[in-house]
Amino acid sequence: MTVLLSIRELAVAYRRDGVEVAALKGVSLEVHAGERLAVIGESGSGKSTLALAVAGLLAGSTKVGGTIEWLLPASHPHLGRDIGFVFQDPSSSLDPVMPVGKQIAEVARTHLNLSWRDSYAKAKTLLERVRLPNPDATVRAYPHRLSGGQKQRVAIAAAIAAGPKLLIADEATSALDTIVQAEIVALIRRLVAEDGMTLLFISHDIALAATLADRIAVLRRGELVELGETRQIIDAPGHAYTRALLDAHLGLDATPLLERQGTPA
Amino acid sequence: MTVLAVSNLAKHYRRGDKTFAAVDGVSFEIGPAETLALAGPSGSGKSTIARLVLRLIEPDAGRIDFEGHDFLALSGAALRARRAKLQMVFQDPLAAFNPRASVARVLDDPLRIHNIASRAERPDRIAALLERVGLDANLAASPIHEISGGQRQRVAIARAIATKPSLIVLDEAVAALDVSVRGQILELLLDLQREERISYLFISHDLGVIRAIAHRIAILDAGRIVETGDARAIIADPQSAIGKALVAATPKLVRSSQETL
Repeated sequence: MTVLLSIRELAVAYRRDGVEVAALKGVSLEVHAGERLAVIGESGSGKSTLALAVAGLLAGSTKVGGTIEWLLPASHPHLGRDIGFVFQDPSSSLDPVMPVGKQIAEVARTHLNLSWRDSYAKAKTLLERVRLPNPDATVRAYPHRLSGGQKQRVAIAAAIAAGPKLLIADEATSALDTIVQAEIVALIRRLVAEDGMTLLFISHDIALAATLADRIAVLRRGELVELGETRQIIDAPGHAYTRALLDAHLGLDATPLLERQGTPA
Repeated sequence: MTVLAVSNLAKHYRRGDKTFAAVDGVSFEIGPAETLALAGPSGSGKSTIARLVLRLIEPDAGRIDFEGHDFLALSGAALRARRAKLQMVFQDPLAAFNPRASVARVLDDPLRIHNIASRAERPDRIAALLERVGLDANLAASPIHEISGGQRQRVAIARAIATKPSLIVLDEAVAALDVSVRGQILELLLDLQREERISYLFISHDLGVIRAIAHRIAILDAGRIVETGDARAIIADPQSAIGKALVAATPKLVRSSQETL
């Protein structure tokens, strides 16, 4: 398989109230071209920092060590053109005073050197691809007219407008309800397959990650605990922390806490 | 005896020149030490029902009986007294506090406002409350912005039980917690329910969490209860379209090696 990007000994530290806080402590992993890689972890694991570092979105004051090597034809990938990024909260990633069609068209115009006319045509096609109803009207709609799930569809359309090789989804479904979450995951799966994109799926939810990912990387307190094929991570986790995450999952088949005997620690 | 009986509750909102029903004729009961979960997609009316039951907003129609009293008819001192028995825990319940406020300050309020303990008695009460929710009594002096998310939620639960309530409304109370912490908080809630006979109105979008903690479930769609009954039975075999959709959309973790663990 082809390696799309290679991360070596990535260390990231933020300054907070004058104190240096390590968010990533020497993480090494490879992202394969065309794979769906999930990065999971709890709060403080560094999973979002990893996503931001790959996208080149870390603040200038952040201390970064190690390397992220791109094995794309373009050695310096551009966010927007080579990397699409979908954030958790579409309300903050979309401009509230710009029609959604223009926001998508702008990405296409900036990175693909299209005319406005062609960019708008592309935006309309993208709105159809993310299955928003009535693209002709939606292209002129402002974000506040749309539901949370619809806004996230617009954010995804903008993220893929320039045809990126890598799509990063950072907790892109965790602000949505269960049904909308499943729809957005299905949408991401379809778009990634149709466009042959590589997916970096950042999530706190190991069960959700397992429904989508080929491989899962488990982060804990800034360190890579384990990385493997999804089936192996779920069926035969190598690390006690991964096992604890799996055991903590409250599925629809586990014995309810209500019915367990005795008082747990 | 029922702790809470809600009948034909309705709340309408105006959007532009149209009126829509956020809650459209909802009825349910909760018994002592019982947990009723409200589930449904965003906009189905779950949180509006929570706010109506707490009388944070007033309904357009319907009746709420709490501990045998017509709760909507109460006002003034009678309402305040009854309200002490009806507490709430939200997703980030300490968000309304000054982040520099101490844990003790957060727990002092209900004890003072409801005349539960004198100024001299309160430090001991606060220490006992912290221990009751599994926190070290020394945490009392810490500013709330310095404690972890799980600790904050324990403090919120301590605050809620300070007045010895018969019912706590929990609105997405564990949704923002890490999975490892979430289980501990659910265990704490079950423990408190067993020992203090507290009833819960438990609002969540997560059927896995509901199944773990709730006795009964009511599934909401567009402001109406479309299905209600035993939580495990309904989640195992939902009959309503929205119940089926919720179950289908819940990620399944199929572990082939599960039985050996």
